[in-house]
Amino acid sequence: MSTSALNGRPNVIGGLLGWLWLTIVLLPIYFIVVTSLRPREDFYHERPLSLPSRPTLDAYATVIGNDFGRYIGNSLIVTVSTVAVTLLVALGAAFVVVRNRSRWSARVFRLFLLGIAIPIQATIIPVYYLIVQLGLYDTLWALVLPSIAFAIPLSVLILSNFLRDIPSELFESMTVDGAGELRILWSLVIPMTKPALVTVGVYNALSVWNGFLFPLVLTQSAETRVLPLSLWSYQGEFTMNVPAVLAAVVLSALPIFAAYIVGRRQLVSGLTAGFGK
Amino acid sequence: MTATEALIAPGGRALPSRRERHGPSLWFAAPALLLFLAFALIPLGGVVVLSFMEWDGLGTPSWTGLDNWGRVFADPVVMNAFWLTALLTVGSWLVQAPLSLLLGVFMAGRQRYRAVLSVLFFLPQLFSAAAIAIVFKSLLDPNFGIGQDLSFLDLDWLGRPDLALGVVLVVIAWSFIPFHSLLYQAGVRQIPPSLYEAATIDGAGRIAQFVHITLPQLKYTIITSSTLMIVGSLTYFDLVFVLTGGGPGYATRILPLDMYLRGFRSYDMGGASVVAVILVVVGLGIALSLNRLSGTGRMESQMEGA
Repeated sequence: MSTSALNGRPNVIGGLLGWLWLTIVLLPIYFIVVTSLRPREDFYHERPLSLPSRPTLDAYATVIGNDFGRYIGNSLIVTVSTVAVTLLVALGAAFVVVRNRSRWSARVFRLFLLGIAIPIQATIIPVYYLIVQLGLYDTLWALVLPSIAFAIPLSVLILSNFLRDIPSELFESMTVDGAGELRILWSLVIPMTKPALVTVGVYNALSVWNGFLFPLVLTQSAETRVLPLSLWSYQGEFTMNVPAVLAAVVLSALPIFAAYIVGRRQLVSGLTAGFGK
Repeated sequence: MTATEALIAPGGRALPSRRERHGPSLWFAAPALLLFLAFALIPLGGVVVLSFMEWDGLGTPSWTGLDNWGRVFADPVVMNAFWLTALLTVGSWLVQAPLSLLLGVFMAGRQRYRAVLSVLFFLPQLFSAAAIAIVFKSLLDPNFGIGQDLSFLDLDWLGRPDLALGVVLVVIAWSFIPFHSLLYQAGVRQIPPSLYEAATIDGAGRIAQFVHITLPQLKYTIITSSTLMIVGSLTYFDLVFVLTGGGPGYATRILPLDMYLRGFRSYDMGGASVVAVILVVVGLGIALSLNRLSGTGRMESQMEGA
């Protein structure tokens, strides 16, 4: 409930702040779009914030002609497989944490809680060592496996918070009916935790899709390059073609932009997963 | 049935009554546990071990005892990185916390235009850190950037050591304020309207209401958001790496960046591991002390408040 609705006067300072912040948010985005539509030659003499006098999609064509499809494909493979495996194994773990009454399940849970506090960066050197030893360096596996590991703790935490809200009686009545644990997982737990699965899935998908450090350290060749890394390498490649670099930025954000339009609520709840409670 | 028995004899043939008491077999947690141990927890231990070893990233690591620790702590670059990280942490919090709070309160309003603005406020969140860094790099280019149109911004922002850290701070704020204002928006919407109604009847003005109702009611949101901001400051890597690469000179070489450059550019994995261990210890220390500061655990507190 906003205060202004109560005491009737419009909140001038609040409104001012809102519009000012909007300008700050939109200015760089406007700059990306107009620059990406400029012909390469015009970039050097047209004013940076002016509308392009000869708008063109050349920059986009350049990016797409330079293996952008492959990079998007790699990002998709890594994101989808990481999210799918994470959801599957984290749900199993959450199931145990909430329903298994032994001391071990509490210990497992505390171990995962510890994981939430581990900064990814700090473990990158041993992860690199491990990936090299396993012979996975410069493969997409090198990105998927550690990404899953670091997505697990928060996923287990959120899913188990959600699982706790399922009434015990439902589990008991299924057990009485002779259902095995797999049956219970499939026909009770999964349907009941669907919203949490979406939230956790979105959260993990965003962080993997935008992840930079693992690809930077664990891959090398253009064959295994994912989107965020491709932006960085385009920047090195197209030093004289800023519109193309910014077109790549637009293209890389488009899938998430589309997701934002289609499922804004899920995306926002996924983003603040576990914190916005 | 003891826990060990449960581990040895997974679910399979257990009687219904037993299953009722013990729930699903621990095996359901095994895949998650295995992946987490192998690629997160064991590497965390590994970084401590590696901090006592010499390794160039290619050959076989060998023991050197405390050499790395002595070397790293005597290195002025690391001390400088410490200082920059502290500066960035405090600065980020000072910029982001008040702005996110005010924007969150603004976004919590039910007016139509505020709802529309809130949708747009979220946009920075759609870009990866690498993308944001690239955009600001060209936006702030001294020859072709925004300074050409807005002359008061016509400075070599990323080329001057005295300005670069400030730019990093602003770009971080631009990309993270949307997230934190969302937390505050959710927090404000949970404040019972009756509190404001009572205050209005008592004749409290908007500012008095903000100070005496909104701020105290947001206590746990402030702690959560601040913890994330402060601990997050220790881990900004991709944004700074792409934006400045740590330069000009050492002007923006914060700890995580120092770790990466030391390890993967100077091939001193031992020294880099020392920096990594410092990062973990400082991060955990801050998170725990902020948690203590908030009294009880965050989760409990929020449930009590609801």
